[in-house]
Amino acid sequence: MYRQGKYPIIARRTLAKGIFDIEIYCPEIAAEAKAGQFVQAAAEGFFLRRPISICDINKQNGSIRLVFEVRGKGTDKLSELNNGSLIDIIAPLGNGFRVLEKGKKCVCIGGGIGTPPMLGIAKEYGENATVISGFRNMAAVILQEDLRACGAHTILCTDDGSAGRKGFVTDALTEILANEKPDIIYACGPMIMLKNITKMAADSGIFCQVSLEQRMACGVGACLVCVCRTVKDGEEFNSHVCKDGPVFDSREVVFE
Amino acid sequence: MSRLNVSFCGVDFKNPVIPASGTFGYGREYEQFYPLSRLGGISVKGTTLHRREGNPGPRVAETPSGMLNSVGLQNGGVDKFINYELPNLVTKDTRIVANIAGSTVEECAELAARLNGTAVDLIELNISCPNVKQGGAAFGTDCAVAGQVTRAVKDVTEKPLMVKLSPNVTSITDIARSVEANGADAVSLINTLLGMRIDIKTRRPVLKNNVGGLSGPAVFPVAVRMVWQVANAVSIPVCGMGGISSWEDAVEMMMAGAQTVQVGAAIFADPYAPVKIIDGMEKFCEDNGIDNISEIVGTVKPW
Repeated sequence: MYRQGKYPIIARRTLAKGIFDIEIYCPEIAAEAKAGQFVQAAAEGFFLRRPISICDINKQNGSIRLVFEVRGKGTDKLSELNNGSLIDIIAPLGNGFRVLEKGKKCVCIGGGIGTPPMLGIAKEYGENATVISGFRNMAAVILQEDLRACGAHTILCTDDGSAGRKGFVTDALTEILANEKPDIIYACGPMIMLKNITKMAADSGIFCQVSLEQRMACGVGACLVCVCRTVKDGEEFNSHVCKDGPVFDSREVVFE
Repeated sequence: MSRLNVSFCGVDFKNPVIPASGTFGYGREYEQFYPLSRLGGISVKGTTLHRREGNPGPRVAETPSGMLNSVGLQNGGVDKFINYELPNLVTKDTRIVANIAGSTVEECAELAARLNGTAVDLIELNISCPNVKQGGAAFGTDCAVAGQVTRAVKDVTEKPLMVKLSPNVTSITDIARSVEANGADAVSLINTLLGMRIDIKTRRPVLKNNVGGLSGPAVFPVAVRMVWQVANAVSIPVCGMGGISSWEDAVEMMMAGAQTVQVGAAIFADPYAPVKIIDGMEKFCEDNGIDNISEIVGTVKPW
């Protein structure tokens, strides 16, 4: 069920330059939220809400965690919210990741600010999760300790090699797929990365889910602005990231 | 709620507040927030004869106090509306306003004819969509064509006919008079104002369609002015919309001459906007000794 309300921020941290981490106390939302879903957050003084993926859900504490990057003036405004301030959100929105039964193995791949939703899904798998995350450089690296704390095996990649290994997340994925066959792949990040991962998953016959982003207005599936191109049974058509996604079966996404 | 009960084109609305076409789908999403029976009516997503895919994305750009959209009438077509959406809507105890848009005069008439015998309460003929190449605003920006398409629909429909006007014209009162002369039972206004944003880094328009329709609080004063002018130019009732986001805005729009109001983009910022407006109007009536909200329609006292 969709809920809208003003909820208190109970923790706030800066994770990297321009990347903020807020924890929101919202028990009724936390109780229903699933990894891969998102919230629509209101930024004071701006007309449209900002869609932000849920990074982590703490059902015991009744809280959710959002990790977001300042992309413009609206997200900059959101970054000014402090511990104790109220944040106006609509949540939980969209479809989360499909979680396979216990014992199955997953590979989660996050590119830059696509990494936060991978924490929530990696937690579902614990030691059976391998998380590959890629960043521009060491200064942009986030969430590695959180990922390890949930038991996941982490592979860190940076474009310039200043942290972890030098190279793209797809290089790391190629090596993994040469040695083992995970039961599912989850990915979130730039479209070119998702396109390449989709092809690699298809070539290896592994089910893959990708999380997309698009400019939104309503966030609930009514206004139809957050269009993305999809295909089913050979027919291409327009879907909407907010309601049909943000998580899609990678075979159903049409990459340009 | 009798203070808010209004009769519009012979249709009884429990209150004058209607979510605007294209901002509320068919109500399914917002029913998760509140019962649709709270609303006076729902103007459904613009419906065309055949399924439409709409325009490529991005389809939205934020603006100061508003937004641009270039959805382009994406919808499942009239058959899906009649067979899938309407059976659900009729159970919701709210008035159903069917917003229809054709690419030709004949298509508009066919759409209206298809809705005869259905539970639709009112037809809203969209001659003002700025995001389609055929029909849409091409109908609504020419007096003769606006009159012609209105007449063609009026000749076949058994429902009250409201025509939704475009603000992107030299004289909206001339268009309003033309549709009135050709049988319109009401007019609704304003549709969105044509606008554009450019990303200065890429020098590309933000919208893939280059241009789109501006809505939200930014357009409210323009809408109030146009509703006031049209209400004084025609004798058929006016449904006012454009940037309404609070009960005060709705009252202002009614004082300008609107008998009913539609709430659109405000719903994106606050899903509860329509019900907050209804509650605010009710209290306004109580506080001011107004027995029925209709008493305030057109009561602005111009200087």
